[in-house]
Amino acid sequence: MQQIVNFILRNKTFLLFVLLLFVSVMLTIQSHSYHRSRFINSANFLSGGIYNASNSMSEFFDLKNQNKLLQEDNKRLKSILYNTKQTPDTNYIDSTNYNKKYKFTAAQVIRNSYATTNNILLLNKGDNDSIKQDFGVVSSKGIIGIVEKTNRNYATVLSILNTTSSISAKLKKTPHFGSLKWNGNSPNTIQLSEIPKIATVAKGDTIITSGRSAIFPKGIPVGTISNFKLDNAENYYEIDIVLFNDMTSIEHVYIIENKDAKIIENILKDND
Amino acid sequence: MTNLLSIHTIRFIVLLLIQVLLLSHVNFLGNINPYPYILFVLLFPVKNNRLIFILLSFLLGLLIDMFLDSGGIHAAATVTIAFIRPAALKFSFGAVYEHNAIKFGNVDFGQRITYITILVLIHHFILFLLEIFNFSKIFLVLKNTLFSSIFTILLCVLITIIFGGTNKK
Repeated sequence: MQQIVNFILRNKTFLLFVLLLFVSVMLTIQSHSYHRSRFINSANFLSGGIYNASNSMSEFFDLKNQNKLLQEDNKRLKSILYNTKQTPDTNYIDSTNYNKKYKFTAAQVIRNSYATTNNILLLNKGDNDSIKQDFGVVSSKGIIGIVEKTNRNYATVLSILNTTSSISAKLKKTPHFGSLKWNGNSPNTIQLSEIPKIATVAKGDTIITSGRSAIFPKGIPVGTISNFKLDNAENYYEIDIVLFNDMTSIEHVYIIENKDAKIIENILKDND
Repeated sequence: MTNLLSIHTIRFIVLLLIQVLLLSHVNFLGNINPYPYILFVLLFPVKNNRLIFILLSFLLGLLIDMFLDSGGIHAAATVTIAFIRPAALKFSFGAVYEHNAIKFGNVDFGQRITYITILVLIHHFILFLLEIFNFSKIFLVLKNTLFSSIFTILLCVLITIIFGGTNKK
């Protein structure tokens, strides 16, 4: 016993080092497995508050560009609104307007990252705005990522530029679907795999979300095909996609809540 | 003593804030960022309680991880260089270190660069190894380590020269 105590006392520095190294490597491994609890995250009072303060200063300098983006978005929405048939009868209540499936919440990106292999965004909306894990995040131009962790006022988002994330997407012109993954090389291009060989693929084709998961509705734009080739087994295409979004400058985003997500999950669980 | 304590507390906070608010958004040529927050570890007094020193380094790394959402990679890298710092000191300064008489303000310039380079390279290698976490991408790890290290070493040397006056004990 005496010897054990002596040993610990003699090597206390080394033992402390090994302990701390072990803790940090465990945290790293944890953060690499998709959607496991990331213990140390930036959705908290301290880092969220500091990023919020810094963002409130820097967003001022980007106002012009962001206004232009919002205006474009408004233009697009207005053209949809006025080109659809209007219901002139005010007495008529359209019951399909109730119980809408998707609920949108506007939010601001207060920290953006795109240079590492596992990029995380921080939004200024959290539990107080009923944002929860697994909500989708899109911008006016296209897909951004999936909400990972929330606290009272902030939420972290697993960006599509993250080697651990995987989102279902399909070709716009045919129903062939595959999964979107990022290889970590360039923040403008992302990879779509598992599109079967039988599908006709051409450069410039549009890729949209498939709506096969409970996170994103169908038809959110992702990007256009810039390059494609067959994989080693020659069964599936490996496709490079240029994103519509400029992931290096995003400010205003929308969080999508699918109100049926619980039901869909339960059905899928029952089947397993 | 209080003076020394306050200098290191302020350095801890200032380096942390500069790192997370400014230098992690440089993204030079796409993804090259400097990490000069490790100056806290490099410039910590040589006569110290090693347990407290290692704990403080771990805390600094963990705080950086919290801000950058990077799991525990900065904590692991920082705690490692804190642990092997005595060896690096002995290697770069030799006899001076044996007498515990190093003042970072007035050591030889070449020795100072050797010291900074060794620790920065080790720190960045562990950092990118854990970040990319894939042995098949070892060339990406080495490439990132090399470019980021050059950037960090330059900044560290510049900062120690510019603020050299305050580092004297």
